[in-house]
Amino acid sequence: MDIFEYISLIFTDYTIRNISLGTGALGAICGVLGSFAVLRKESLLGDAISHAALPGIVLAFMITQAKDNYVLLIGAIISGLIGTLLISGIVTNTRLKKDAALGIVLSVFFGFGMLLLTFIQKNPDATQAGLDKYLFGQAATLMENDVKLLSIVLGLSLLVLLMFWKELKVALFDSDYAKSIGIKTRFLDSLISFFIVLAIVLGLQTVGVVLMSAMLLAPAAAARQWTNRLYVMLIIAAILGVISGVVGTAVSTTYNNLSTGPVIVVIAILIVIISFLFSPKRGLLMRQILFIRSRKKIEQTKVLLLMYNIAKTHDDVGHPHSNKILNNFQGIGKNVLKSLENQGWIKVNEGMWLMTEKGFNYAEELNKGITL
Amino acid sequence: MILPQFEIQIVASLVAIACAIIGVFLVLRKMSLISDAISHSILLGIVLGFFITHDLNSPVLILFAALVGVLTVVLVEFIQKTKLVKEDTAIGLVFPALFSIGIILISTNASDIHLDIDAVLLGELAFAPFDRFIVMDYDLGPKSVWIMGGILLIIVVSLFLFYKELKVTTFDPGLSAVLGISPILIHYGLMSISSITIVGAFDAVGAILVVAFIIVPASTAYLITDNLRKMLIYSVAFGVISAILGYWLAFILDASIAGAMTAVLGLIFILVYLIAPKHGFLSNLSLQKRQAKEVKMLTLLLHLNSLNDGIENEEREIKHLYRHFRWTKKQANSILKFAEENGMIEIDKELIFLTNKGKEFSAKAIDYIITNRDDKIEGMKNEFMLFRG
Repeated sequence: MDIFEYISLIFTDYTIRNISLGTGALGAICGVLGSFAVLRKESLLGDAISHAALPGIVLAFMITQAKDNYVLLIGAIISGLIGTLLISGIVTNTRLKKDAALGIVLSVFFGFGMLLLTFIQKNPDATQAGLDKYLFGQAATLMENDVKLLSIVLGLSLLVLLMFWKELKVALFDSDYAKSIGIKTRFLDSLISFFIVLAIVLGLQTVGVVLMSAMLLAPAAAARQWTNRLYVMLIIAAILGVISGVVGTAVSTTYNNLSTGPVIVVIAILIVIISFLFSPKRGLLMRQILFIRSRKKIEQTKVLLLMYNIAKTHDDVGHPHSNKILNNFQGIGKNVLKSLENQGWIKVNEGMWLMTEKGFNYAEELNKGITL
Repeated sequence: MILPQFEIQIVASLVAIACAIIGVFLVLRKMSLISDAISHSILLGIVLGFFITHDLNSPVLILFAALVGVLTVVLVEFIQKTKLVKEDTAIGLVFPALFSIGIILISTNASDIHLDIDAVLLGELAFAPFDRFIVMDYDLGPKSVWIMGGILLIIVVSLFLFYKELKVTTFDPGLSAVLGISPILIHYGLMSISSITIVGAFDAVGAILVVAFIIVPASTAYLITDNLRKMLIYSVAFGVISAILGYWLAFILDASIAGAMTAVLGLIFILVYLIAPKHGFLSNLSLQKRQAKEVKMLTLLLHLNSLNDGIENEEREIKHLYRHFRWTKKQANSILKFAEENGMIEIDKELIFLTNKGKEFSAKAIDYIITNRDDKIEGMKNEFMLFRG
């Protein structure tokens, strides 16, 4: 199946449409809520919570014996929330740092879930809750109802963001100030945490437990490179999330045998790499260009001042000197002389250079600035 | 106890000891989640190693896995250095990327072979005794005992050789650089050994249990001691106890061994978290309560101190406290009792007076509040926690 066939299938094929819509919606949710996780320095919360959801899923299955997806989701949410509470409990009550708290919750909850899972697996007439699907995700199982649920959650989280936008922003960037003007930061924190847990749990069945953390933070980390404004970041993150989801699904369906979750994550990470390299203000490429430019500038200034010091010992500023004089002091490239000539500060002629009036005045100013 | 049972416990204990030692340094350096990242990304190393050797038991796999483990650390640090994202974001980007590439490589190239990702992640300790190390028809026991034993030997030897260096670089990298110990060298040494340990251990117990054995015992130990040597000993002890108790729990319940061991680790952590004498939840709670009481008592003393003798007696009435401070009767009584026990006040016919000690104390406290100098309150520190931190 090639890519054009795929695009036509999005409009005609029921399953493929559901999967694309579902992964797209998931990408948008993750982009928006992930931005908050990244800015709150809780990037790895996704990793911890996705693991912490396992015992909830298994317990929900054991108690209800229902294969109903929603019951398992509620179990996952409850155990994810307990995990978040425990993480903040450990951080506030002990001297353990956040990394240790996340690691403890992640591994212990997951191990406990595995322990519970063996009881289900032993029970002969109960089908397994699908550990595989949970570990690696299966976008192919996205149904129309799942798409609806994802859209509702997306709408709900956008609504909440709009309602508390100003408060959230203040609490995010200056929580002490927010507290002092009477904003209930604790309530807002719990609200956002709740929605992050919700996003993670919904993402589990699509991309799986291991890759959920990347799904949550990659679009946000990429978006952060392109802007310093919160709402712009959220919008870009949402768009990048949708692109990763939809393109990832397209690639994995076009090439048979590829599981969707890993492909989505690889696409998202590629977007992050592109953003790291090419973002106009913070990108590594731009940084390198600026670095080279400023090094060149420094070299130019150095040569110009050297010339100034030679030229000022003569009555006539424009007295020509051999280029070799400069070389006696230090190696000076032709490029530097050329760029100085281009600025109209000096004139170069057959191995000789002379300073123009303009260049002399400029150098005098520079020299003043330096000796001051 | 039959032989395989004994062997499983030996393997688990070796893993627990190795992980517990490394965990102490990772937790102290606030890098514990790097173990989570390594334990996932080594999947890529195993896949690459398999493509080269086409043999799942080849030691090349372990070598590649360890290399990818170190690569994970290098990549994370490279991203951190660019300062484009916060450090934990760097971890969260690197390991899913490497893990995804690993899975995609498996599904495109190796779908016909049996490289079970579940087994990589979850591990199966129960199978450890079946993979024997046989030299010239002579059975030397399970392979994993030898592998983990070897790794543990490396760890213990390097721990003894570089104990001082590890200690200095962990607690004061600046000082270590001054002393001529390179923090970077020690850091990469530690990362390489962590990587090798995780690779060796996850084969036996799975990625998640490795992470649990690294982070949980060390964190538990950190709650009850301030001494690095003791922390190492406690951490190892917690690890081994959990491994053995976990094994028998799994045996009794007929359940997943790795799951049971993590559950025991978690239980021990929760227990210590609740009752740890200095850094626990309950001691924290009682500390907060005591501090609140002391603050209230101090307010009372300062209030009394500001009153003139005789003239303002209505302000000395116990009833006045209810209105003035909005204390309930019960609260007021407990604070009055607390202040009386400490000899700060005397109650005479429903009127409260400062004793000499109380007057001295409030004068000192005011002095401290005004000048904010520590030496004014040296003597009070022992008696009242309020002034300690």
